[in-house]
Amino acid sequence: MSLNYIVAMLLIALGLYCLLLKRNLIKIVIGLGVMTDGIHLFLISMGYREGGIAAIVTGEMLENAAGFASAAVDPIPQALVLTSIVINICIVALALSMAIWVYHHYGTLDPSEIRRLRE
Amino acid sequence: MMAGMTTIVRTISRLLFPFMFLFGVYVLVHGHLTPGGGFQGGVIIAASVVMLWLAYGLEQSPIGFKLFRTEVLEAIGGLTLATVGLVGLVMGVGKFFGHVLPLGNLGSLFSGGDLPILNIGTSIKVAAGLILIFYAMLRKIAGEEL
Amino acid sequence: MRRVVPFVMVLVVGTILLYTVVNYLPPFGSFPQRKLGAFENQSVGQRILENAPRETGSANVVTSVVWDYRAYDTMGEATVLFTAVCGVLMLFLATRRQE
Repeated sequence: MSLNYIVAMLLIALGLYCLLLKRNLIKIVIGLGVMTDGIHLFLISMGYREGGIAAIVTGEMLENAAGFASAAVDPIPQALVLTSIVINICIVALALSMAIWVYHHYGTLDPSEIRRLRE
Repeated sequence: MMAGMTTIVRTISRLLFPFMFLFGVYVLVHGHLTPGGGFQGGVIIAASVVMLWLAYGLEQSPIGFKLFRTEVLEAIGGLTLATVGLVGLVMGVGKFFGHVLPLGNLGSLFSGGDLPILNIGTSIKVAAGLILIFYAMLRKIAGEEL
Repeated sequence: MRRVVPFVMVLVVGTILLYTVVNYLPPFGSFPQRKLGAFENQSVGQRILENAPRETGSANVVTSVVWDYRAYDTMGEATVLFTAVCGVLMLFLATRRQE
């Protein structure tokens, strides 16, 4: 019943609503970004230790290897999320470029109008 | 012709540009000691250049921008990654991305094997790539030819 | 009336997600005590936390995971970034051919 998981699932559901039910291409791309943020929050929250410190060796932990290994949080989901953020940048850049091209060609940004104009 | 902003915004952004660039280089070089690294430092460097473009307009900005030079820079940054990996395979240890440079003391700036070289390579690649994306989109929005 | 079906689907998916998260996950903050079949007492993250400052020589464990233990995935991600930049430049800056 923790707050992190519930907010992550609410963000995924909101992003799915924007992806399916909006009638503007830019709003659909915004929904894609919100959904990605929810997934990242869920991934990072899975690797939390109760009362833990960040996974960086500084200060008085420099000679205390065993104490550091039993007090730090999980480093693997954070590395996964770093890669995923960069790939999200690439997806949003290409999607917005294609939206600009579609507006220049068809004159409208409505998906049902575009589907009607293509036939 | 893309119109710039008022005089106050132009002065402040021209004064702020060296500090943003220096902060990006700091985040990049200390990637193995503090949170940060190659991708984060490269994005900050790209953001400092784009801020000058947004304040001055695409033609009158004080940064001299040439398209071919930026594309070559991005390719060099990408080739650095593959070269360091192959050197690790051939020379030192017998696996891809093996350790070649010596590991120093824990916590000093010259530690970590070939991590700083990889950080600098990806920051050049990410900064040049993002500057190219913004240049292409700004040139389209300002009304130039497609 | 045609937009009722996607709305009901979003509500069903949201309810299933919330129900699964509240009932079927291990409690929040229990990092290494997950029973994962063969790895009952150790997970991969715990092993990396114990060995990383000694084997790689960098104080930042997340950076050593990204650039040393999983360096091939980071090279693949740099390739994806290069492909995206090529795609955007091809859409906007291609010279016009004479028809």
